[in-house]
Amino acid sequence: MQGNTACAEGALAAGCRFFGGYPITPSTEVAEHMALRLPKMGGVFIQMEDEIASIAAVIGASWTGAKAMTATSGPGFSLMMENIGYAVMTETPCVIVNVQRGGPSTGQPTLSAQGDMLQCRFGSHGDYSVIALSPASVQEMFDLTVEAFNLAERFRIPVFLMADEIIGHMRERLIIPDHVPTNQRKPYEPGSLPFRAGEDLVPGFPAFGKGYGVHVTGLTHDERGYPCATSPKLHEDLVKRLVGKVEGARGSITSCDILNPDAEMVFVSYGAPSRTVQQVLHDHPDENIGHLRLKMVWPFAEMFLSRFTNAEAFIVPEQNLGQISREIERHTDKDVVTVPKLGGDLHSPGELYAVVEDLK
Amino acid sequence: MRHEIRFSGFGGQGIILAAVILGRAAVMYDNKYAVQTQVYGPEARGGASMSAVIIDDEPILYPKVVTPDIYVIMSQEGFEKYGIAAAGEAQMLVDSTLVHSRPSCRYIEIPATREARESLGRDIVANIIMLGALVASTGIVSRTAIEKAILDSVPKGTESLNVKAMTRGFELAEEAMSR
Repeated sequence: MQGNTACAEGALAAGCRFFGGYPITPSTEVAEHMALRLPKMGGVFIQMEDEIASIAAVIGASWTGAKAMTATSGPGFSLMMENIGYAVMTETPCVIVNVQRGGPSTGQPTLSAQGDMLQCRFGSHGDYSVIALSPASVQEMFDLTVEAFNLAERFRIPVFLMADEIIGHMRERLIIPDHVPTNQRKPYEPGSLPFRAGEDLVPGFPAFGKGYGVHVTGLTHDERGYPCATSPKLHEDLVKRLVGKVEGARGSITSCDILNPDAEMVFVSYGAPSRTVQQVLHDHPDENIGHLRLKMVWPFAEMFLSRFTNAEAFIVPEQNLGQISREIERHTDKDVVTVPKLGGDLHSPGELYAVVEDLK
Repeated sequence: MRHEIRFSGFGGQGIILAAVILGRAAVMYDNKYAVQTQVYGPEARGGASMSAVIIDDEPILYPKVVTPDIYVIMSQEGFEKYGIAAAGEAQMLVDSTLVHSRPSCRYIEIPATREARESLGRDIVANIIMLGALVASTGIVSRTAIEKAILDSVPKGTESLNVKAMTRGFELAEEAMSR
């Protein structure tokens, strides 16, 4: 199965019943497959007039209680930025798939990139925190899409599946499990206030049509949901809760693969370049090369860097000019070697092994 | 053992479909691992189209084709763009109806487009003839597997035409190899 199709199947298995989107290469097959499958499952597929409307439709659908998603690529992702902030502020669970292509602007529509990794973290205005997952196989296009929905429901946030053209368009074996674990957003408890949160900092969700009157606004709001945009304390408490509900859970949600933790040379990768790193480790089994593969890129799992106790250098191949490598630099005093790659090609195993050789 | 198979022809011949069917045969019916990729761009509509499959008994890590050991070439432009640099130890199947050049590596000639048109009445099954010939000449997947994968992938009502095309591909490859 193709990666993009596996993503759509993962969404359906996770319980997604609404897709609002605008087709864009190289993500189109996600929309195509959802258009084919959703109506037969009692779901709704809408092709909107653009990506601004698409994310707005997704947010609206989510407020009816539906699990909702969209899929796009760079130019569409940029258009979605304002409403992504709205989803954060209104605590709307949703999944946004970005099958990345070469940018800036319309760039290279048909070729692979990872240039939106900082945009997904910081692209909307204001302070916030989100979750971004990065699949490195067709299987993970399925598995991590399920995971994205589960995390979105749990934390009431937009969750990003930051794929790339290579993984989105390749076909390989996919095993769909008989049982896919899913969860639902915690329901609102009558008598509480709609934006009052308990210890987990996530309020219960009062879906439209369930009999509650709820005011939903992007303005700074109190626990009733009413705007109150002039109180410094209210604003600070709200934004800190929105950030805190994700950052506070980092220990329990971050997900990665660690290989050869006693190695001196350690690759850190996510998405398609991970496949090259895996090949390098496979081809040089006696060299003790380490690998930290991030399945969840945001929040960033700096605690895993220190698991490589002998590390002398972290080598970071990315299909950009060095985005996550900056984050690594922030968290370690070891050497951080960026291996940037633009233009759409995947790093070759020889190219990455040469970096290890150079560092010896 | 990792095998890398590259298909090339012009857009509309079913170059990508041929690769998808081969990958499907390997994964679903021969219990192997496969990764299928393609050149994904506007040139796939009319110009030289290229797709690739990697087949291995073990999980495939690096997903891109590095040095194909098997080529299936179905147009002259496809040969010039994607086949001409074939390594000496590679083997190539050329659709001799449409490809005029010959490679420096081992090759067999399969008049797939002519056979599709004259014996089967439909140009469109030339890719399936080439798939049959590929399996007959390389054994890269089993005959049962490729037949099942073809039947999974072709439109309803065209099953017997496609099986005939595959069978014809086997015969043509056997004839070519016995020469």
